[in-house]
Amino acid sequence: MTKHVVAAAADVPPGERLRVDVAGTPVAIFNLNGEYFGLMDRCPHMGGSLCEGRLIGLVESEGPGRYKYSRGGEIVRCPWHGWEFDIRTGKSRFDPQRWKTRAYAFDVAKGEEVVEQAYEAETVDVTVEDEYIIVDI
Amino acid sequence: MPAVAPGAIDCDLHPAVPNVKALLPYFDDHWRDMIVQRGVHELDSISYPNNAPMTARPDWKPETGKAGVDLDRLRVEALDGFQTSLAICNCLYGVQLLYTEDMAYAYARAVNDWMAAEWLDKEPRLRASIVIPPQNPVYAAAEIDRLAGDRRFVQVLMLVMDEMPLGRRRYWPIYKAAERHGLPIGIHAGSAYRHPVTPVGWPSYHAEDSAAQAQAFQTTLSSLMTEGVFAEFPELKVVLLESGFAWLPSHMWRLGKFWRGLRMEIPWVDRHPMEIAKDHVRLTINPRDVPPSADAVERLMNHFESDEMLLFSTDYPHWQFDGDDALPEGLSPALAQKICQDNPLATYPRLKETV
Repeated sequence: MTKHVVAAAADVPPGERLRVDVAGTPVAIFNLNGEYFGLMDRCPHMGGSLCEGRLIGLVESEGPGRYKYSRGGEIVRCPWHGWEFDIRTGKSRFDPQRWKTRAYAFDVAKGEEVVEQAYEAETVDVTVEDEYIIVDI
Repeated sequence: MPAVAPGAIDCDLHPAVPNVKALLPYFDDHWRDMIVQRGVHELDSISYPNNAPMTARPDWKPETGKAGVDLDRLRVEALDGFQTSLAICNCLYGVQLLYTEDMAYAYARAVNDWMAAEWLDKEPRLRASIVIPPQNPVYAAAEIDRLAGDRRFVQVLMLVMDEMPLGRRRYWPIYKAAERHGLPIGIHAGSAYRHPVTPVGWPSYHAEDSAAQAQAFQTTLSSLMTEGVFAEFPELKVVLLESGFAWLPSHMWRLGKFWRGLRMEIPWVDRHPMEIAKDHVRLTINPRDVPPSADAVERLMNHFESDEMLLFSTDYPHWQFDGDDALPEGLSPALAQKICQDNPLATYPRLKETV
C-alpha cells in the first residue's frame, strides 16, 4: 500500500467535485460537507464520467405517492443515462448489489506530514502549510 | 403441434349476450322499463364486429345470429372439444362503452346475474369474470363486493383501453376490492373508444386495429407498474387476455432501461419491471404472436425466464386457430402441462375450490 496525494484539499470545496488520476485510474473526488469520497470515474454501464453528473438527494418511498427525501447532494446521476450512484458507497440505487462503481476512501493530511512521510505526490505541488487529500492504494 | 392434454383449464372463452331482450329479466324494474322506453339498442362493440370472420370460427359459427350464445354448442365445441376441466367465461358486451355511470352499473349487474343463471348454474365446468362499470370505480368495487361471495366468479374483467391508463389512482378502488377477495384483474383486448385505438390516431383497417392492441397492453402494463399498483396491492395479479405474449420481454426491457435512469421519479418501483411482471402478470396463449417454429418459441421462452406466466385459452368462439391447434409449437410436455393446468390453478386460487 502506498499513500498518494491526489489533490490539494482547497481544490475540492464542499459540494464540489474534481477529476484526478490515481495511479493511472480516473477518480472523481466529491466533497460532502467536508468529507471526501471518491468514485472510479467510469459509470459501470457505458463509461460515462460520474464527475460530470448532476447531484441529487436520496429519493425513497414507502408506497406510491409517498416520497421520502434525504441526503441532499449525496447521489450522483451519470450524465449519459441517468443511473444514480451513492457517492458514499459507489453502489447504484436501482440494483446496488449488481451494479456499482469502485469507491475510494480518502484521508486528509497536512503538507508537513506529506513531506515527512514522503507520500507519492507526482501531480500535486505540496507545501507544508496546506492540507491534502490522500488515498492509500 | 402439441396436443392439449385432457383436464386443461381454458382461461378465456366468450359466451355472448344474444340480445338485450335476454338480459331484461336481470334488470330491476326501473331499468327494465327504462331500457324498453328509451329504446336502448344492442351494446355491440366494433372490437369484434358480428360479421367479421375473426369473430367466429367457421365451424363454430351458427347459421344465423351471434356465435357463443348456445350453451350446448359451447359444451360440445369448447369444453368437450378440448376436454377442458374448467373454463373462464369473459363476457364481451358493451357495458364499458356507455357514458352514463348509472346505466353502466345496471348493465354490469344484469350481465353478471345473467351469466350466473344462464351459464354457471347450468354447466359446472364454467367459471366467470365479474363485469364491472369502470366508468365509476366506486360502483365497480361495489359490484365486486356483491358477487365475490359466489366462488364461481374468479376474476374481474376490464378492457385494456378505457378513459385513462389503468394504473391511475382513479381505478384503485377496483384493485383494492379485487385484492381483498383474491380475484385477479383480467384485462381484455378492446376499447371503450374514448380515444383512438392507436397512439397516432384512428386506423382505417381492422388489421391495423388488431395489431395495435399489443401497444395498448404494453402501455397499460407500463402504467400499472409506474403508478405503483403492484406496490400498493402486493397480492394483486393481472391477467392479460387476447394480448399476445411475445412482446412482453422486449417491452419490459425497454421499460427497465428507462426505469434505471429515471428511478427517482417512481421510487416505489424498487425492482426491474420484468421481475414485477414475473410475480404479478399472466398472459393467455391465444391469439398467438409467435411464428410456428419450435426454435423461435424456445428462444422466446428463454427470454421470459419464467415458466409460470402463460395460461391456456381457446378464445372460443373467436377464430384464432383451426382444429385443435391451440398450443404453439415447441413447448416441452412439462411446459405445456404448466400452461394448461398448473399456471391457471396458481393464478386463480378459486379454481381449486369445489363449488
